[in-house]
Order: sequence, then structure tokens, then C-alpha cells
Amino acid sequence: MTQVVIVGAGLGGLRVAESLRAAGYTEHIVLVGDEDHLPYNRPPLSKDALAGGVQVEDLHFRRKDSIDDVEWRLGSGVVASDLTARTVTLADATVIPFDGLVVASGIRPRILPIPGPTKGRHLLRTADDAAGLRAELGPGTSVVIMGAGFIGCEVAATARKLGAEVHVVALDAEPMIRPLGTELGAAMRRRHEAHGVNFHMGRTVAEFLGNDHVTGVRLDDGTEIDATVVVEAVGSVTNTEWLEGNDLDLSDGLLVDSAMVVQGADVPMVAVGDVARHPNALFGGPPRRIEHWNIPTETGRRAGAALAALLRGDEPDRSAFTAMPSFWSDQYDYKIQSFGMPGIATSSVVAVGTVDAPCVVEYHDATGLVGVIGIDRTADLAPYRKQLAQRTG
Amino acid sequence: MIKIQVDMDKCQHYGQCCFEADDVFALDDDGKLVYQEEASDDRLADLESAVDVCPMQAITITSA
Repeated sequence: MTQVVIVGAGLGGLRVAESLRAAGYTEHIVLVGDEDHLPYNRPPLSKDALAGGVQVEDLHFRRKDSIDDVEWRLGSGVVASDLTARTVTLADATVIPFDGLVVASGIRPRILPIPGPTKGRHLLRTADDAAGLRAELGPGTSVVIMGAGFIGCEVAATARKLGAEVHVVALDAEPMIRPLGTELGAAMRRRHEAHGVNFHMGRTVAEFLGNDHVTGVRLDDGTEIDATVVVEAVGSVTNTEWLEGNDLDLSDGLLVDSAMVVQGADVPMVAVGDVARHPNALFGGPPRRIEHWNIPTETGRRAGAALAALLRGDEPDRSAFTAMPSFWSDQYDYKIQSFGMPGIATSSVVAVGTVDAPCVVEYHDATGLVGVIGIDRTADLAPYRKQLAQRTG
Repeated sequence: MIKIQVDMDKCQHYGQCCFEADDVFALDDDGKLVYQEEASDDRLADLESAVDVCPMQAITITSA
């Protein structure tokens, strides 16, 4: 009897468990998660679920019948591992042996070392985080959001919907500039400003003001903003500390091959989702971590099949990995949707409409079209996706 | 036979399902999702993929 331990009970861990079963692995699977919750859908935490009140039961993923017999170890995450002894250790000191290991431990929000009080400061990654933030948001609340990425901008839109005064502070020149580029980022800023959001771009928070609870922030240029709620959405760090001491390169998640098999590990070991630095034959270039919602599912399908093969003593399928990266975002009534990798583009061109109205923007580099983004133009994106799917690196 | 249901209160018309099973799901000229309510059993794998990739988790399939 063998045992697979899946570290991380989010979408990636769930999909690996399902694909292990689909690939014919019938032996024991243990899913370990540091949260108390079964796998649930995180994107609504900054949108509808934050606006309406967070009911995590409504966010649970459906779990296929094939994984009814897996063992869930929830509420105590993995804190250490020994790949030579083939064990992981949980926060409650339980040691669990494995024959195959799945790294699905994901990412967590980055916390900047900024002086000042801690009460009133919020991160947004988990359902519990969202519930805590929701409890403090309402008409008249003044909120400072640090970071102008998708999470920051989605929270800004939701907080405005709830009647709060909203300030966004970010070092970048425009919101969501890395995925959207300057022109579309600026257009999204104008949409937010029309909904009453105040942007402080090119600025950072130097200090949180107040004694016990935050009463405001001071920016690096000396500006002070009154606020009783601060949301820190300034990027993420990988949850890989539990793998330290095993001679793995943990500088940017875990390097995997096209089968999602972890490179440099002497045990059957795969990684998926936000933490897996993986190759993509559609776009070439170096292996990358991609923090999009569809990646845990796409990498999870590969990884489960690969691990089942390794545990049988077979070679995994190492054919080219060609999943199409895709993201979407709801802000107010605007729907942003993307295919490909606009973030690696060197130029962009508005193909349909104008950036301040429903539009499609193409993103190119020297190899041709690398990505496309539509705002309120979802149905127009299908031909671009087909074109992107035919890329060969 | 497989029965397909989409919760139209949840559906945000992103059309991700259309890329998994374009014989069952489509976006119409207004960008709204339209879909077949039944499909043959040999479509199961693609329909399960469509369920998995729906960002809003709005699709349910049942074998009938």
C-alpha cells in the first residue's frame, strides 16, 4: 500500500487528487490544508462574496465522487519535510509518511515591514480574511488599499459599492500595469476615478498612524490620509518554507518539467498551481510561475497523471505543456478577460473599440501575438484565443 | 445521456466552457451564454472539463 500526501487543500490540491484517481491511482491520498475549509473558490472573496457577506459553504468546489475516500487533514498545515525519510511534519507535530508528494501549497500575501499599529490592517487571501475585512467595511468607512493589482482594484470597486471612501496607494504608474500595460491601465484608472476612487500612484505607505488601531497612513511624500481600514495587496510570496533543508531551489517556487515533476528531487514529487515554475511551449522563454485561476486546474491534470505513472514505475507524459493562461476580473460592471501572456508583450494595439469603452487590445512581441485583453467584449476574444493556441513558442 | 444545467444567476458569460465543449456551449451575438441541455455520454470528459474551468462554478452535469 502506498500513500500520496498533497500539501495544500485549495484548487490545485483538489485537481491533483481527482487526476490521480482518473489516472488509476487507487491507493491512499492525504490532503493537508492549513485552513479549516474544504477547497473553495477564492476569486469571489474580493468581489461578490466580499460585497454580500462571506459564506464559505457557497464557495466550495464540487468534489468528484472519485475522491470520496481521500483523507482530509484540515486546520494544521505542513511546517517541515524530509525528502530522504519521505515524511512531512504538520504544525501540530504529526508526522505523515509519503511515497509520492504533491506541492500545492500556493502563495500568501506579501507583508511589507512598515512601522505603526497593526489593528485595522487586512490581508486578503482566505475566506476568513474576507469575513474580517467585510466586518469593517461600510458607508462612511475610509479605506486605504496598498497595491493596484487585480486584488487591490477589485477590493476598491467592492468597497465603493459598499459606500466606503477609497484611496489606492501604489508604486506603479498605473493600476494593473503589468498585465494590462500603460494605456489600458490608465483607462481602468479613469473608470475607477469616475466611481470615486482616489489614486496615489508612484507613492508608498511610509507609516501607519494611530496608537492601537490604525487611524490613517503617511505616504512617502508626507501626505497623510485618514483611514480606519488598510488592505495590503502588494503581491505575494510562495509557501515553500516547509521544503527548506532538502537541497531544492526555492528561489521562485519550484522548478518543474512539462509533466509538473519537481526538478532536483529524488522522490516522486510534483508541483502545481501558483507555486509551480513551469514551461509553456506556446510562449517559450524561461519557465514561469503564473498566478492565474486556470493554472491549478491545468497543471493539476498533468501532475496527477505524472505522479500516478511515477508510482507505477512508468515514465510520465513529458509532451509539451500548452495550457492557455487566462484571467478575468470584475470591477463595477466592467468585465476584463485575457488569454495568453500580455505581460510579456513589448507593444500593444487597440483592435476593437477604444480603451475608455468596450474594447479588445492585442499584445505583441517579436514572435507575434502573445496575448489579448477584452473589456466587455468577451465574445470577440474567441478567434484570438484560437490564434494564440497555434503558437509554437 | 448527460443533462447539463447552468445556474444563470452565477454565470458571468466568460465563455470558458465554450473552449472545452463548443458543441454544447456558445456565446451568442450579444455575448450571452447559450447551451444544449442534453449531450451524449461520449461527451463526458469534455463536459467535466467545462465544469472544472468555469470561473463562477455555475455548471452542473448529471448522468440521466
